[in-house]
Amino acid sequence: MIISTPKARQELEALLQDCRTLFLIGCGSCATACKVGGEDEVFAAQEWLEASGREVTGSLILDEACHIMRAARELRRFREQLDEADALLILACGAGVQSISDCTEKRVLAAVNSLFVGNIRRFGQYEEKCSLCGDCILNETAGICPVTNCSKGLLNGPCGGMEDGCCEVETDRDCAWTSIYQRLEKQQRQGVFDRVVAPKDWSRKFKPGKLSLERSIVDNGREKHR
Amino acid sequence: MSRLADKLARRQFVFTAEIAPAKGVDVSAALQKAEQLQTLDAINITDNQGACMRMSPLALARLLVEQGYEPILQLTCRDRNRMALQSDLLGAAALGIENLLLLTGDHPRFGDHAAARPVFDLDSVQLLQAAQGLIAGRDMAGKKLVTAPSFFCGAAVAPAAQPQALVLKKFSKKVTCGAGFFQTQAVFQRRHLETFMAAAASSQVPVILGVLLLKSVKMAQFLNQNIPGVQVPQDLLQRLDEAADPLLEGVRIAREMVSWARQYCQGVHLMTFGHEELIPQILAH
Repeated sequence: MIISTPKARQELEALLQDCRTLFLIGCGSCATACKVGGEDEVFAAQEWLEASGREVTGSLILDEACHIMRAARELRRFREQLDEADALLILACGAGVQSISDCTEKRVLAAVNSLFVGNIRRFGQYEEKCSLCGDCILNETAGICPVTNCSKGLLNGPCGGMEDGCCEVETDRDCAWTSIYQRLEKQQRQGVFDRVVAPKDWSRKFKPGKLSLERSIVDNGREKHR
Repeated sequence: MSRLADKLARRQFVFTAEIAPAKGVDVSAALQKAEQLQTLDAINITDNQGACMRMSPLALARLLVEQGYEPILQLTCRDRNRMALQSDLLGAAALGIENLLLLTGDHPRFGDHAAARPVFDLDSVQLLQAAQGLIAGRDMAGKKLVTAPSFFCGAAVAPAAQPQALVLKKFSKKVTCGAGFFQTQAVFQRRHLETFMAAAASSQVPVILGVLLLKSVKMAQFLNQNIPGVQVPQDLLQRLDEAADPLLEGVRIAREMVSWARQYCQGVHLMTFGHEELIPQILAH
């Protein structure tokens, strides 16, 4: 899930300076779970905007704002309300914002900051476990990702800042390499300590990322769903 | 072969210390300090130490070479990707710098540019490997160099860090990747050094022990709270606290560490923080 936090009201206030009429868009997926762009937050945004003398021409919660074609289709249903708005205020992650900016000439404003792809510990508590590096080493590191969990993303063991098994950057957090080492010991495996890990191939992460599945794979999936 | 490499190869005990480049362009203070350290075998030039931005160590290292000193150029993975690291290494060789200390580097959050993007494209093990590649005439892309550099590559280790077994695993990787010597983080407990050296000695790679001059109990507490990998134990804190002259007590403590080094290691790396005049006292038998 994409973890995001709302932009400060002060920042939004400055952003909305020349906007008198706004259309609001939230997202029913990650942004709802993160409490930044669900029904409650869109409603609260509307109240705040109206209290500050602005007009909200309408609002919409997309099921998944990251779905480009669906967002375009949904937006077409609200054409009049969109036309009346000076700008669209999007309470969804950066990916969602861009699905929308892709299908309208209107000014599109992001109301949240996207932070990371996160796991959910419990409601309201999110943790980054995977950095989407494109070159997974988990099979050798006992299922703990050093690219993400080590503050420096080191691949060959801990740095000199490890103290009593804790990380130098946040001393109350376990050093990822201590966790990897302890788990490998329990499994009686050498894992990543058996070899010198080569530098990462960052060419797999050249931006922007893009993946197109072969037609046959896509069609096969559709068959099964039918 | 550098003088440092030669001495270590002949199993002689060596002495090193370090200079941080200026925050600015005036090198006179650094050169003055080098003069104070001229009896030592080599002088480390730190690389944006503590993640605080300063003059390039490459520039200062070259100036030291011109004055007849022998620098150990420190190079960290924090601020440069693999291209910049390799190109700085080739530049260092062209400038007559042979000794290297290849490090991961402190995280930017400790420094004066906390918003900087940490690079860490390579780690210290991979940087050692890259340097070995250059020496062998190939860059990391496998391209042949017109002329290959010659380096004496060192690496760092923190013998007191726990779990020590894990520290030793990384130490072994550095040995595999061509570390020709090690300089250690300060070690304040003899048993840490003993157990570490018992395991590390078989590698046959010279270990130079980091010896840090504790100037006061306040400084020791500051180190404990702010410097990753440095832990001054309670008994030393007490000695400093109760001493009539804490600096003198610090010199005594440092002298004990030098004696451990003479027993277990092949040199000392002195960190005296502006008290270079005390080095003869620290090294006195």
